[in-house]
Amino acid sequence: MKYVDEFRQQNLARKLGAAINSEADPGRRYNLMEFCGGHTHAIFRYGVQELMPTNVTFVHGPGCPVCILPIGRIDNAIQLAVDHEVILCTYGDMLRVPASGRKSLLKVKAEGADVRMVYSTQDALRIAQQHPDRQVVFFAIGFETTTPPSAVAIKQAKASGLSNFKVFCNHVLTPAAIQNILESPEVRDIGRVSIDGFFGPSHVSSIIGSRPYEFFAEEFQRPVVIAGFEPLDVMQSTLMLIRQLNQGRHQVENEYTRVVSRDGNLKAQALVSEVFELRRQFEWRGLGSVPYSALQIKQSYADFDAEKHFDISNIAASDVKGCECPSILRGAKNPTDCKLFGRVCVPENPMGSCMVSSEGACAAYWSYGRFRKNRKSVA
Amino acid sequence: MDNKTDMAIVALGEVKREVSLALVQDVSINDYVLIHVGYALNKVSEEEAEKTLALFSEAGLLDEGATQ
Repeated sequence: MKYVDEFRQQNLARKLGAAINSEADPGRRYNLMEFCGGHTHAIFRYGVQELMPTNVTFVHGPGCPVCILPIGRIDNAIQLAVDHEVILCTYGDMLRVPASGRKSLLKVKAEGADVRMVYSTQDALRIAQQHPDRQVVFFAIGFETTTPPSAVAIKQAKASGLSNFKVFCNHVLTPAAIQNILESPEVRDIGRVSIDGFFGPSHVSSIIGSRPYEFFAEEFQRPVVIAGFEPLDVMQSTLMLIRQLNQGRHQVENEYTRVVSRDGNLKAQALVSEVFELRRQFEWRGLGSVPYSALQIKQSYADFDAEKHFDISNIAASDVKGCECPSILRGAKNPTDCKLFGRVCVPENPMGSCMVSSEGACAAYWSYGRFRKNRKSVA
Repeated sequence: MDNKTDMAIVALGEVKREVSLALVQDVSINDYVLIHVGYALNKVSEEEAEKTLALFSEAGLLDEGATQ
């Protein structure tokens, strides 16, 4: 496919690998956090880590929308489908995420609940049109990339008077999560996690632009390079981060110029701010409660807000015993540090969310990295 | 492309899919777009793509150019 294949060429990967090896200073370490699961996937699938010198390490971040949703919110979605008997629509990855009591949306579907996998919010709208006698709830998850499509659906539902359509909003914000990681005691004080620079997400940045990262680069003195999702993009961005670190710079640079601008997609941003507003607190798996890190539906669109229409209570649910997803999401542990990894927790029977989604670090390790030697730990 | 519904057919290699253009502006036939969950999120700039590829070929020797 054009503009995909070109960014996977092996000869260029070797060239970039050689440049990185010659420019990385053997006297220092480069711990680079890829915030986004898309990058984790590219690094593993294409063996990018193997082309790096031993002092360049990728630290996997929390940018996997399925992974960071706390179990309680999935329990809420199950309640909507089972107790409130709605048609619950959601993206495919969500179906298999383990909830409390060894349940999942897929299991309750098998037991008769009306849970449907959709590819797009347009599919959920269509289902609501086809079933005017039923309540149809779209279980909305994800970062700034999936938020605009939810905003479009809510606006369309309002415009066409589709009163049986609701959204259970779980949209979260990337900048808040990055700030939380940088301010966490693990990074600041204990020194368990060391992060020297960041790869900025590709698709998220196509919406929000590169500007929101300027604050972190300055405040936390860490370089940020917005990187495309293809392996050559990741390698070029690694080189750009190494150069910044070598030169003592901490700026926001953009490798993914073919899609990302400084201002981002203003049309999408306007739609989002028309429909959504900041939530005061939101619980993240791995990060805990993070202030102003998520969105909720504005009062003017309350008719389409599942949280206003149904009794959705706070459910405090804990992860499966031994599951290291929370530490893995903070970059504090590697999947191979988890006792469950590859033993009882595999993609066919995931115990934790990081093994479910293809963007999760555990799934990437399992699919592409489990036979590779674990060269070093994160610290 | 259907301007009323904002829907369009995109080709992903050999696969054809209907996606929404509700989030993008000034898109026309033959443009490349970034697709996510059934929506075009942004146009792909062919000019910038070629520049980035050129940067790879020089193994990133150009230190500037991709910097904002």
